[in-house]
Amino acid sequence: MEPVNHIEGRAIPFGRKNIDTDVIIPAKWLKTISREGLGRGAFETLRADPDNLFDSETFKGAPILIAGDNFGCGSSREHAAWALLDLGIKAVIAPSFSDIFSGNAFKNGILTVVMPQEQVDRLLEVAQTDPIAIDLDAQSVTTPFQDRFTFEIDAFRKHCLINGLDEVGLTLARSDAIGAFEGQVAEARPFLAQGTGVPA
Amino acid sequence: MTSTGKTLYEKIWDAHVVENREDGTSLIYIDRHLVHEVTSPQAFEALRMAGRKVRRPDLTLAVPDHNLPTTARRDAAGHRIPIADPESAQQLAALERNAPEFGIRYIGDADAAQGIVHVVGPEQGFSLPGATIVCGDSHTACHGGLGALAFGIGTSEVEHVLATQTLLLKRSKTMEVRVEGTLTPGVSAKDVVLHITGVLGAAGGTGYVIEYTGQVIRDLSIEGRLTVSNMAIEHGARAGLIAPDDKTFAYVKGRPYAPKGADWDKAVAWWKSLATDAGAQYDKIVVIDAADIAPSVTWGTSPEDVLPITATVPAPESFADPSKQDAARKSLEYMGLAPGTALNTVEIQNVFIGSCTNSRIEDLRAAAAILKGRKKADTVRWAIVVPGSGLVKAMAEDEGLDVIFKDAGLEWREPGCSACLGMNPDKVPAGERCASTSNRNFVGRQGPGARTHLVSPAMAAAAAVTGRLTDVRELV
Repeated sequence: MEPVNHIEGRAIPFGRKNIDTDVIIPAKWLKTISREGLGRGAFETLRADPDNLFDSETFKGAPILIAGDNFGCGSSREHAAWALLDLGIKAVIAPSFSDIFSGNAFKNGILTVVMPQEQVDRLLEVAQTDPIAIDLDAQSVTTPFQDRFTFEIDAFRKHCLINGLDEVGLTLARSDAIGAFEGQVAEARPFLAQGTGVPA
Repeated sequence: MTSTGKTLYEKIWDAHVVENREDGTSLIYIDRHLVHEVTSPQAFEALRMAGRKVRRPDLTLAVPDHNLPTTARRDAAGHRIPIADPESAQQLAALERNAPEFGIRYIGDADAAQGIVHVVGPEQGFSLPGATIVCGDSHTACHGGLGALAFGIGTSEVEHVLATQTLLLKRSKTMEVRVEGTLTPGVSAKDVVLHITGVLGAAGGTGYVIEYTGQVIRDLSIEGRLTVSNMAIEHGARAGLIAPDDKTFAYVKGRPYAPKGADWDKAVAWWKSLATDAGAQYDKIVVIDAADIAPSVTWGTSPEDVLPITATVPAPESFADPSKQDAARKSLEYMGLAPGTALNTVEIQNVFIGSCTNSRIEDLRAAAAILKGRKKADTVRWAIVVPGSGLVKAMAEDEGLDVIFKDAGLEWREPGCSACLGMNPDKVPAGERCASTSNRNFVGRQGPGARTHLVSPAMAAAAAVTGRLTDVRELV
């Protein structure tokens, strides 16, 4: 995965609340068996409007998206994260995210920044005319007007994002601990260890 | 005095911790993994590219459901009827290839047990109380109706579970949603969960695992509990839970993958120990009175936009929050509804009875009870009943329910996700309305421009008869 740290550039002042993953990427785009090329379907319904933000001269290819509360709610489709990535988005700022979406975003190297509504409102205002900058290491968002907001992020996620670490590889290194746990379960709760009975 | 009691969620969590990390995350063991064709191809691809294996194929079960057409799958000679949409065919073919390649049990399109993953898991006894269950689908919370900690995951997590049988997770906050009292006639489990979603809002459960408790939940059948837990995600909660009890044990016992013999006794003893302790604390408690729950229907494009069928379409200005006012205006425009319109006068052209929320045998019985001896209205152009699995279909046919549906003018289909989402040929035309027993009324969910009204199976059947959203209590 690409390491993530400084993200600077135009931010799409989208701002809408409760944007579900059906809006981010409609179901008809879920039929792919690859992760690439989904940018074409990103926000398809909204982009049917020729004056939409995403395709405007100013915001096309912007690395940051500013959204409203509960961004990424609804279906668990990871295609939503792939679609944003393919659109060039590296970070999303919002007052809150759905749990599933923020997990999917993280696993694809998209930074989700949670900030209070009034700070998001300020960034929405700045983003109309100017770029903003995110520094993951410093956990800060700054504007050319001396605004400086800090945000919280899970320490493990921060570590993985900054170093571009692959979570599956990290966990496979813990195979012995997983094996030991499986041994305990087979003893204490054998009914959970049985499954479909196909050979393990 | 400090309480040392634990909630159901905390007990299941504690029993699955492989290791705790310094940063507050835990490596959690996953007991059961359900796989379908939409969210898995990229996960299998990643394993193949990295030369990784599936750690526990025996704890993984693969079933196609989202893309499968619900029309006949085999011709008279028993040959497979090709799937018209090449991309659907490609996804289905990928799962059919990936499952055996990685040694996973695959229930294919012609297998009598095939169905929607969330119907198949409990039905096969693969989903068990106290287990951690995941699937690349947000309605995985469904299995929480059995008292399992079940939640939806994305494709990268599917890959992580396939490779390691674990997930790195942070403990959620706990919420108790207590539904007290007794449901009035005509009110079903679906109305309960729609009402809860209206009370909590679409994001009210974000960050929480919800335990549904109270007399109403205890009185529900297991299938009713699966319906309630199924929609936990519609009020933002990643998982919903209902404490397993004697009804749960009776439901699970004897199913193909359920524990047998001495293991069964051991399982029941453990399951009984999982109930939330008397002294345990939830982070949040919401109490709902059953007397406030009526047969319900959604009017907007979020599941939180729900009202009793006796209500009228709200005016956007009636909401305090300006952004909700804006959302309501957009919803009403999309839905083609004017404020003040009585919901029970809204005409519908389509009826869908099915989905992982409402396609089990009790749902079909509830719909058939309304349709028996009646006909669908001529103005209802398309009305389909889609059983949740081949086994549900066979059971319904044994009971003659298919005949009731067909006599009433409804189509009787093969199992699958069908018109719940626009991924297979079952779609609602743009601008038309559908009384639907599914779980999401999002913009374009049932097809571009489709207008969805979420209801219970009995309410959908009532709408089919009258051609408008209807209070089922008028027909019983």
